[in-house]
Amino acid sequence: MINHSLTELATALRAKEISSVELTLLFLDRIARFGDLNTFITVNEEMALEQAKAADERIAAKEATPLTGIPIAHKDIFCTKDILTTCGSKMLSNFVSPYNATIVANLANAGTVTLGKTNMDEFAMGSSNETSYFGPVKNPWDTTTVPGGSSGGSAAAVAARLAPAATGSDTGGSIRQPAAFCGVTGLKPSYGRVSRYGMIAFASSLDQAGPITRSAEDAALMLQTMASFDPKDSTSVDKVVPNYLDEFHKDLSEMTLGIPKQYFTDGVDKEVTKAVEGAIRTLKKMGADTVEVDLPNSDLGIPCYYVIAPAEASSNLSRFDGVRYGHRASEYDDLADMYAKSRSEGFGEEVKRRIMIGTYALSSGYYDAYYNKALKLRRLIVNDFAEAFEQCDLIVGPTTPTTAFELGGKADDPVAMYLNDIYTASINLAGLPAMSVPVGFDKGGRPIGMQLIGPYMDAGDILNVAHRFQRETDWHTKMPEGYE
Amino acid sequence: MEWETVIGLEIHCQLATDSKIFSGSSTAFGSEPNSQASAVDIALPGVLPVMNLDAARMAVKFGLAVDATINERSVFARKNYFYPDLPKGYQISQFEEPIVTEGRLSITVDDKDKVIGITRAHLEEDAGKSLHEGFVDETGIDLNRAGTPLIEIVSEPDMRSAAEAVAYMRKIHALVRYLEISDGNMQEGSFRCDANVSIRPKGEKELGTRAEIKNINSFRFVEKAINHEVERQIDILEDGGEVVQETRLYDANKDETRSMRSKEDAHDYRYFPDPDLPPMILSKEFIEEVKESLPELPEAKRERFMEQYELDEKDAAALTATRETAAYFEKTVEACNGDAKTSANWINGELASYLNRNNVELEDSPVNPKALGGLIERINDKTISNKIGKTVFESMWKNGSSADDVIEQQGLKQITDSGAIEKIVDDVLASNADQAQQYRDGNEKVFGFLVGQVMQASKGKANPAQVNELLKAKLS
Repeated sequence: MINHSLTELATALRAKEISSVELTLLFLDRIARFGDLNTFITVNEEMALEQAKAADERIAAKEATPLTGIPIAHKDIFCTKDILTTCGSKMLSNFVSPYNATIVANLANAGTVTLGKTNMDEFAMGSSNETSYFGPVKNPWDTTTVPGGSSGGSAAAVAARLAPAATGSDTGGSIRQPAAFCGVTGLKPSYGRVSRYGMIAFASSLDQAGPITRSAEDAALMLQTMASFDPKDSTSVDKVVPNYLDEFHKDLSEMTLGIPKQYFTDGVDKEVTKAVEGAIRTLKKMGADTVEVDLPNSDLGIPCYYVIAPAEASSNLSRFDGVRYGHRASEYDDLADMYAKSRSEGFGEEVKRRIMIGTYALSSGYYDAYYNKALKLRRLIVNDFAEAFEQCDLIVGPTTPTTAFELGGKADDPVAMYLNDIYTASINLAGLPAMSVPVGFDKGGRPIGMQLIGPYMDAGDILNVAHRFQRETDWHTKMPEGYE
Repeated sequence: MEWETVIGLEIHCQLATDSKIFSGSSTAFGSEPNSQASAVDIALPGVLPVMNLDAARMAVKFGLAVDATINERSVFARKNYFYPDLPKGYQISQFEEPIVTEGRLSITVDDKDKVIGITRAHLEEDAGKSLHEGFVDETGIDLNRAGTPLIEIVSEPDMRSAAEAVAYMRKIHALVRYLEISDGNMQEGSFRCDANVSIRPKGEKELGTRAEIKNINSFRFVEKAINHEVERQIDILEDGGEVVQETRLYDANKDETRSMRSKEDAHDYRYFPDPDLPPMILSKEFIEEVKESLPELPEAKRERFMEQYELDEKDAAALTATRETAAYFEKTVEACNGDAKTSANWINGELASYLNRNNVELEDSPVNPKALGGLIERINDKTISNKIGKTVFESMWKNGSSADDVIEQQGLKQITDSGAIEKIVDDVLASNADQAQQYRDGNEKVFGFLVGQVMQASKGKANPAQVNELLKAKLS
């Protein structure tokens, strides 16, 4: 049962092979058993069982959707009504949200069961899950390594079969990089496809929620329910959500894959390159054409991202001031002291670093040199992709330059850490949909991910190619040892 | 040395939308603290702003009324600073690309017309309020006002005296009420201004260093604060000192301004475009639609009053100074059979002086247009004289009663029965035989005295024309 796809689970639920309550208990039990992975910040036992009971009634009444009764996990960045919502921070370690994020509501309305809230880098700032106030998550493939971040809890939980599927959020790679590190499938939809309402903002112009699953088919099902036009989010796109499963008909002989030369350099670990090239060969065998494409401004992605994201974050995180909710210092002299102490105590190192960088980049006298210049670079990057997509339907390459690294390995070197996002951050800057799928393992048995990048508002092709690839290969079905 | 004052005003005007600018919460004033603050208003984690198009519509109305450029594209920006009544830690405003630019408004001071340039008007959200009353060693925060839409109207430094600044502020105040985009309630803070004041030697082109006086919420205070500030700056410069660029607060109790923060302490607001709100694009159709919905504006109304009611410019200008006065006038005219001239005289004369003396707003006048029209009718049909009319008005003001009731109760009906008047005239002539003789001997000045005696004897009720006529006849 733990290896069932979402469709198989739905079938089993309808056939009464198992009830939602039983399924929920099964996963709650696994979450407890493998608690050492530290994937969850909050386990939502009581409420989950109530939701499961309601789902069973709904299934019995034949009013079920394809996701009714399926237990899932939410990244702790999404506001969940009456459940602790910490965003991985001491600042919100006491915050119980009075409302549901739109995606949480969409999934709840479909009848999913919320197992709990997964661990994450604090305020989604990090690529290793080590910045969480609640301690690092361990990678189930090798517990001495990081699961990636910031959606490390979600990716590790799905990899260890602690949840059939989970939600994540991706600002510069926070779904795709941990998916790659944990050998699971992670999709970042186009900017605006999924509502940001109720997702605690890191960098508003880059943040996008998406699913972390064990297959492209499951990702399609999840996205189907998560995506919606939301009048509460002015950046959400008022466009009908297509039926993603319907897009699985397109044969690969109709597809041209763009291979950016900038993504296959010496900077990428040889084993990663080899595995990705192997996957591309498979896709060619399946009928796809390939063409080399040029993304000349690729190297500007990281510098551009690390100005824009902290700039927006410095402002987005101003609301955490200890006045209305969240952490407030216990002693202070005056208002300024209350702000300074509450924020110094409430935020971790990396969050403070980014607030400082962002505040600096927006300061008068530096605005043009940093923020404005970054906006110009962003347009160059957008144009690069637009030109590449004139030659191809999808772009493929590695998700990350390396496989999962050791816990503590890069914690003291922020720049080395930031370079993990080298192939993912540009996609957020351009607002494009992209997905990481497992394509092999390195000699140490650590998973390798391939990234598929699509044109704006067109996740259908990515899902289709990934789905067809996963019918031909079995990388995505591999499971770490010891989690049976 | 002779100094020239240079003033620019930034007027903050709350827009009368039903709901807030970026959330669906109500904007009603005076509710229980925080009862009108939604998740968005208190800036819970994860919430997002959604633009209320009504606020844009109102800003466009204002822009059209001051002959400004309406920008089809405008951009919301974040103004970042920490304050407990600013829940997000930033205010959503407009910075580089405001909705309205380059307007103008003409004012009249001492019978001279002058055009004041309006640099821009931008949309923004109001902050909440800090509450100190009833708290010990603590401050309360009320976020009901947080997110109320404002337009900030920024003038060019075109005003040269406190009187001009007040005239400009009054004109803007009247205009936003004409347009029904604001209630303009200054006590409740719906309409307030910051004044940028500097002085320079007369004839000098360069502007002097300015001080910004914050948050002035009455016309009287604007005048006092500016005059006080000008004197302060003159004193400094004449003592050989230098004016420092700073923000000052006007203390109405002490009638002085005092320093709030200097330029060095000025915030770096780190403005940048709000990534939660796409640029606001207004279609030509939208702007056209707003244009068609504009009410008659003060200038047009003045022209019409001059033509339709045959008023002179001064009367028409006074009557159209506010939307309320104009409406009061038109209702009065209607109530007195179309006598516009007399209505204008009463409204600009007696009524204005009563309002002024008693510090009462026209809306709260105890004499309503229908009552005033009734009074004018009684004068016109000679039931009472114009002079008695003033006595009647006084009673109407005090008791809120109609002219007819006052005339009836106090027996003020004019005596027009010539027999009755003749009797009074005869009595007066009998008891003032000396004066009557003086008149007959050619001293015409005595005539006035005799008329006065008759009027007095009739308690003012005798018809003056008939008194004149009868007296002349008897004395000839």
